[in-house]
Amino acid sequence: MSRIHVTTTVNGDAVEFLADPRDSLLDCLRDQLNLTGSKEGCGTGDCGACSVTVDGTLVCSCLVLGVEAEGKRIETVEGMAKGNDLHPLQRKFIEHAALQCGFCTPGILVAAKALLAENPDPSESEIRFWLAGNLCRCTGYDKIIHAVQDAAAEMRGA
Amino acid sequence: MAKDETQGFRLIGTRPDRPDGLDKVTGRARYGADISAPGMLHAAVVRSPHAHARIVKIDASKALALPGVKAVITRADLPTGLTGEDWNLQENTLAGEKALYDGHAVAAVAATTKLIAQDAAKLVEVTYEVLPHVTDVDAAMAAGAPVIRAGTADHSVPEGMHPNVVKYIDFGHGDVEAGFAAADLVRAQSYKTEATHQGYIEPHACMAQMGSDDRGEMWVCTQGHWYIRRMSAAVLGVDASKLRVTPSEIGGGFGGKTTIFMEPLALALSKKAGGRPVKLVMSRSEVLRATGPTASASMDVKLGMKKDGTLTAAKVMFRMQGGPYIGSSPVGEALSCALACYDVPNVMHEGYEVLANRPKAAAYRAPGSPMAAFAVESLLDEMCRELGLDPLKVRLKNAAREGTKSSYGPTYNRIGLVESLEATMAHKNLLAPLGPNQGRGVASGFWFNHGGETSVSLAIGEDGTVTVSVGTPDIGGSRASIALMTGECLGIPYEKVRVNVVETGALGVNEPTHGSRATFASGLAAVEAARQAMAEMCRRAAAEWDIDPEAVEWRDGAAHPAGPNAGKFPPMSIAEIGAKMGGSGGPISGHHEVTAGGFGASFGVHVVDVEVDPETGRTTVLRYLVVQDAGRAIHPAYVEGQYQGGAAQGIGWALNEEYVYGADGRLQNTVFLDYRIPVASDLPMIDTVIVEVPNPGHPYGVRGVGETGITPPLPALANAIHAATGARLRSLPMSPPKVLAAIKAKAGG
Repeated sequence: MSRIHVTTTVNGDAVEFLADPRDSLLDCLRDQLNLTGSKEGCGTGDCGACSVTVDGTLVCSCLVLGVEAEGKRIETVEGMAKGNDLHPLQRKFIEHAALQCGFCTPGILVAAKALLAENPDPSESEIRFWLAGNLCRCTGYDKIIHAVQDAAAEMRGA
Repeated sequence: MAKDETQGFRLIGTRPDRPDGLDKVTGRARYGADISAPGMLHAAVVRSPHAHARIVKIDASKALALPGVKAVITRADLPTGLTGEDWNLQENTLAGEKALYDGHAVAAVAATTKLIAQDAAKLVEVTYEVLPHVTDVDAAMAAGAPVIRAGTADHSVPEGMHPNVVKYIDFGHGDVEAGFAAADLVRAQSYKTEATHQGYIEPHACMAQMGSDDRGEMWVCTQGHWYIRRMSAAVLGVDASKLRVTPSEIGGGFGGKTTIFMEPLALALSKKAGGRPVKLVMSRSEVLRATGPTASASMDVKLGMKKDGTLTAAKVMFRMQGGPYIGSSPVGEALSCALACYDVPNVMHEGYEVLANRPKAAAYRAPGSPMAAFAVESLLDEMCRELGLDPLKVRLKNAAREGTKSSYGPTYNRIGLVESLEATMAHKNLLAPLGPNQGRGVASGFWFNHGGETSVSLAIGEDGTVTVSVGTPDIGGSRASIALMTGECLGIPYEKVRVNVVETGALGVNEPTHGSRATFASGLAAVEAARQAMAEMCRRAAAEWDIDPEAVEWRDGAAHPAGPNAGKFPPMSIAEIGAKMGGSGGPISGHHEVTAGGFGASFGVHVVDVEVDPETGRTTVLRYLVVQDAGRAIHPAYVEGQYQGGAAQGIGWALNEEYVYGADGRLQNTVFLDYRIPVASDLPMIDTVIVEVPNPGHPYGVRGVGETGITPPLPALANAIHAATGARLRSLPMSPPKVLAAIKAKAGG
């Protein structure tokens, strides 16, 4: 099957790649663009480890085709920090020990950032339901929730 | 070098940022599937759709004809003549005469792209003769059950048992019949638990290369790369030293990444494809169908109790299946854990291991202990209720303590069950009021902990900073804890120690990160290595000062004259010693290797409050408390993380997770949507109390904290659901339909 030329923007950089029509956006990010921060935990949209935003909308990149990225604006975990300045969520995840193996962390960070963009002061319950699509098997979620709450407070200037 | 190492710590007990944190929050950390190499091929595996089938013929000609396909391997490409567990591993890696479970690998393909490899796998034509199958442990033991592999049973199995019963274990002490006769209340019940999967979010992944000279390299997500090396070498019939295995960052393991599943396939494909590197990454459904879940269990328990709650006798009989090979089920561990929390004078344990058409079981966090606890702690709760006794007080009354002869044989040294029970009884969660349809459950749990083969090296840098090389992959923060212990020992800042997990060529053999041993055993070895380096640094200072090395002591990161008689010299810091070491005798390092004994047993107590919806049977966890003895919490945040993570896995096992097999013997729930692990909205905050009763077998008192936490949730939730509804669930998971049926049965009865 011939591959399709895709031009898109990832973390602010213009990029292009050739995608098999069957390749997911996740495959393209990881295998074509070497952005391996987004992880494949399931390939069926159940675990959220591949979470990215497409034109600001949170998606599982394993459920988006690579060719659908044409002309879009993709943001991944690799774009969260500005140079060496970590996003508050990234800093708070380290501070609160909100990661153990760290495999789900990129997806959870991207998802949490999307939450705070929409709701700067989420309740514990709102965080839990927003992140219900991001599986973590190590932490029991406790410290993740605390880290998101703390990052939200800092970002609000509270 | 005298230093009080029991208190007054500078670093131990603090919560610094973990050294791998930055890489993990930025996406830079490299896991199993995150590496590629020039000329790399991609692999895919052909798997049996049948639970039990004779492999009549494998025709790969169409696959090989597909452009881009470089190699196909079947069992015929692997050496013959293996025996014992090596044969089991080879057979599980690639089926021989028969496919033994749904998902069993029968062939593997390497091609220039992932998609071509997947297409080629579909073109491999396998002709099967489907055979009758059995997946349930009790059914597999029954007369007439399909025989999975005749002649597997060892000599322990009594005459007349079904050939699927392959091992029998019994042990105990005292006189159980006399013990039951002396009891005021004797009760016996039967319990069942379904298999669950470790559920690590990272699927198995490796990249491997092997030439025609059998020299190979592998990058792999694993808990133990020496195990990967030894097992892969055995399966392929090559020397272990020809393989060099480097561990990636690991996206969770929980015991499931202590063995091989597909790693030799990548090596064999590489060799067959002219030595090109091969990447092999499992899909989630391959992980669930074909990598080790835990065993399923069928258990009978009988307990005798006095009116005051004193246990007089206990008898357990466990039957466990761990897939189609002998030695994979944790029945021995389950028996040993069953009564380990209690000081019971008369105990008897019996167990059977049974073969079934399911994947080869692997270790899963405290293997065997959760099932055993579900049975024993549930019955104990029932009897406490029947006698009107407080279940925590009864546990305290019977608690094992220092000097108790354990149910499984050894006499305990210093342990912290009593302290954990007392801390539980003092916790505020026990005072929280409960409303309608709400109930509270408690349970205790146990894990042995483990020491094991360990080799660690430590080197002083030219600037006095320290590099520690360990062989235990870091899953839950062990690089941080080992840096804390090393820094504590040497009297230098945490930030001046870098801990690396190194490849198989860099150290002696290390067991995996399993058994809650990494912080205990690699930490112990790192401290011993640091002491060696410290002694050498004292000798260097002594030589420069021209005094006796005995007259030099090490403190605050520097060599000092031990007293006024030693002479008046300014302290010589580790940085000064490092800067001059080339001229003062050469590089300074420390090395320690040991099969670590001295590991300290782990006990924990959990309290859970639930609300059960009487109309749907759905259980909501309202409040959760974990109290566990850590010995010493080196990095308390990651100790809490282990407690919380263990509890969450136990909650999933108790309430929802299970392997569901259809009548055709195929696994029905092969994706996370259907094999549903707890999500953030399923759980409350998980409160933790770290009890510290130092383990005398470790320089800083560490016990190991990883495993016990998964054990108490199973019975604690059963006990809480009973308290909320009056219905007693004796079969896991306690999913809404089962709870609802139990509530209705109780109302009807």
